[in-house]
Amino acid sequence: MAKKIPQINASSMADISFLLLIFFLVTTSMDVNQGLARRLPAPIPPDQKVEDTDINKRNLMVVKINSENQLMVQGELTSVKELRAKAKEFILNANNEEHLPALVEEDFGAPIGKVKYTKDHVISVQNDVDTQYQAYLDVQNELVAAYNELREECAKKYFHMGYNELEEEQQKQIQKLYPQKISEAEPKNYGGN
Amino acid sequence: MAKIRRNDKREMPALNTSSLPDIIFMLLFFFMSVTSMKEVTYKVSFTTPQATELTKLEKKSLVRYIYVGTPTKDFRKQYGTESRIQLDDAFAEKSEIGEYVLNESSNMNEEDRPKMTISIKADKETRMGIINDIKQELRAVSALKINYAATQRTSL
Repeated sequence: MAKKIPQINASSMADISFLLLIFFLVTTSMDVNQGLARRLPAPIPPDQKVEDTDINKRNLMVVKINSENQLMVQGELTSVKELRAKAKEFILNANNEEHLPALVEEDFGAPIGKVKYTKDHVISVQNDVDTQYQAYLDVQNELVAAYNELREECAKKYFHMGYNELEEEQQKQIQKLYPQKISEAEPKNYGGN
Repeated sequence: MAKIRRNDKREMPALNTSSLPDIIFMLLFFFMSVTSMKEVTYKVSFTTPQATELTKLEKKSLVRYIYVGTPTKDFRKQYGTESRIQLDDAFAEKSEIGEYVLNESSNMNEEDRPKMTISIKADKETRMGIINDIKQELRAVSALKINYAATQRTSL
């Protein structure tokens, strides 16, 4: 008669896995790494002279942040909350106003077709050495939000879908219509301290 | 005829727990897969600022971190309370950033190098001077894809 193999007592298995489970429960941090993605301008080759690029004044929106975290947009004291609306108005220039960026007509392919857009607009962010990081990021955030809202509206208008649901090709079309042009000047000292 | 027997001692049948380990293992694997361990031990303390237009950092192998904040308690005697930069496990000067980034990118695959992202994890109280310095250093070594680490703002 074959010898019966004694069954392994597995009752402690649950305890062991409980132990591991609790270990992972404790060490887990669910927060995912996320943040505001930006792109830095390419470095200037050392042998190239820094030229003052000639940007038409109406195409430029200057956002300055001082050491007290106050905002100045186009020479006016502004709060962060107003910045998004101002940026959108600037990028769109819906009524073709004199002081807002020049409109250029271009063909963006179906279904957008020929549309006027502010081709050469630039938003320039200048900050003080003593500006707080949070204030700086708030400004960046609002500007990116302005672009995102415009792109979303455009996607709704022409594709009847959210921007994120579009194909890559269609997203590129919209990106061409609303290119993110946030320039960051070399740091300078603006008043205070 | 039905009769209620009360004095009969009936033992409660033992609950079959043989599937318990399986259930626990399932939970275990779930937590194992969602766990992300801290990348380094922090020598600087920081609370990331808040923002709303966030994007997730995909592909962890392509991301390198730069931490900026005030030194933690243990290091305050040695380094003071000024904001400092931490690369990997050690404090660093801003002049070391360029070298660090080049070094890290040379360890990557050729095709991955342009996709390298530098995530700046800085305290919200940090002054922009130090951030500007980091940005200039990154520009100098053509590490142009950056990400300002932030947490989702729940209310304005």
